[in-house]
Amino acid sequence: MKIAVCISQVPDTATRIKIGSDHKSIDPNGVTYIINPYDEFAIEEALKTKEKIGGDSLVYVISVGDDSVKETLRKALAMGADEAVLLKSSSVKDSIGIARALSEEIKSLGCELVFCGKQSVDFDSGITGQLIAEMLGYNCVSVVVDFKLDGKKITAEREIEGGREVVETELPAVITAQKGLNEPRYASLKGIMAAKKKTIAEKPAVDLTGYTEILDMHLPQSKQPGRILGTDKSAVPELVRLLREEAKVI
Amino acid sequence: MADKIFAILEQREGSLKKVSFEVASVAINLANQLELQAEAVVVGNEINNLNDLSKYGISKLTHLKSELLANYSPSAYAEAIASFAKESGAKILIFPNTAMGVDLAPRVAVKLDAGIVMDCMKLEVKDSEVIATRPVYAGKALIDVKLNSDVKIFTIRPNVFKPQPVDSASLQTEIKQVENPDLKTKVTAFKKSEGKLDVAEADIIVSGGRGMKGPENFHLIEELAEALGAAVGASRAVVDAGWRPHREQVGQTGKTVSPSLYIACGISGAIQHLAGMSSSKYIVAINKDKDAPIFSVADYGIAGDVFEILPALTEEIKKLKS
Repeated sequence: MKIAVCISQVPDTATRIKIGSDHKSIDPNGVTYIINPYDEFAIEEALKTKEKIGGDSLVYVISVGDDSVKETLRKALAMGADEAVLLKSSSVKDSIGIARALSEEIKSLGCELVFCGKQSVDFDSGITGQLIAEMLGYNCVSVVVDFKLDGKKITAEREIEGGREVVETELPAVITAQKGLNEPRYASLKGIMAAKKKTIAEKPAVDLTGYTEILDMHLPQSKQPGRILGTDKSAVPELVRLLREEAKVI
Repeated sequence: MADKIFAILEQREGSLKKVSFEVASVAINLANQLELQAEAVVVGNEINNLNDLSKYGISKLTHLKSELLANYSPSAYAEAIASFAKESGAKILIFPNTAMGVDLAPRVAVKLDAGIVMDCMKLEVKDSEVIATRPVYAGKALIDVKLNSDVKIFTIRPNVFKPQPVDSASLQTEIKQVENPDLKTKVTAFKKSEGKLDVAEADIIVSGGRGMKGPENFHLIEELAEALGAAVGASRAVVDAGWRPHREQVGQTGKTVSPSLYIACGISGAIQHLAGMSSSKYIVAINKDKDAPIFSVADYGIAGDVFEILPALTEEIKKLKS
């Protein structure tokens, strides 16, 4: 079986965001890019699934972006993915455009099972996996914390408010990974060496035009630091009074 | 007749969730400004509190009904909503940005060839266009966006848009039976988690971090949360250390929240955590390090020992509530 993992590259979560001069994107100066944290769970689950079903299964990692994304793709290869594809684009894009490019590639590779991170921690929409599934006519379970594949049958648990839903479906399918699904492996030295030798396939991404137009990007209003009411429990009655009378939240 | 704007309501276990009324209010508000007609749509089987909707000024509700649809089915719900939206000519659809809404809205978007903006915190009308404001980078920045598609979908963050009751309103409910729902993907069971309230839905959150010193001390957080009717949250550090489950994690790789009140206990305020909670209306910080970054976003702070202050605060709240 061919398994696809869609990954993206995002600013390190410790990044302090500065707005770029176009006021529509961030200032990339000084930003360190990392693999999207949720995508590591997606890669791990793909590798685990490949190990379990065996045979001549292959794991493809696919990303949309410019040349800088190759580093992230190599990291996925070092973890154990078999092939990497970079769909080249440097234009601003929205989730629908990205999903269209990814789904075209998944179709041409013939992957029956697709893993994505449940969201990319840059634009945080959390919808790429569902969009790909719908575009391909695949089934989809999102925000998955437990995944079982038995033949064609899938039993997954997804996280929702106040608990987990048990979802049943079957291949072909897209699964989006939530933290807790597994413990992503570290790349072995052997894996890192092997990944260096692999070729990353490069192709132009299909039309990425979406429907979203960014008008402005800005920082949230910074909060005025509040009051320190004290250093021990004698400040508690005053805190409760303020929450009740000034903030009116209790 | 005016074009339609749909409020897609969410029901679980046969009850409309609170966020449904927020969605309805947003739809009414936009409809008034854009001269559209707001209608509500819900998918499910028996739903016990549909009449509560009339308080919010929606005059028509369509209930897409089947006993096979009591539980969520992504494939069936998406198909039912999309085909009804097509046949009614809906131009804008508003979903809640909940687990169900995030799963469902993008599927409907593809079926309707609609543009989609998730997790909106503000929806404004300028020159007859909807301008949505949403957080990116977990709230470290905000973007204003518009959609250039014919049909538009917006999901709204729970707890941000307050439902506005109106004086007089009558609600007409129409039941449309859904024949042969597509159940290729379906929910077969729900496993309730031990915690009472979910951070994503709670109006008050009490969160603990490293300063709690160990999982055995979280009963102090739980007791305050219980006294306040609040949800328990956690920082990434304590989730990664295995003290608390991931579903409680607030921050960039956890949940981004906007409750009315957020009480951070023993949390220093790493940038990833601040990103996830700084849009809370009021923030209280309790931390013995007076220079901790959490105090820079807090409205009220006590720079002291959580082990002394938490029990006193719980006591004081209990007194107030009794």
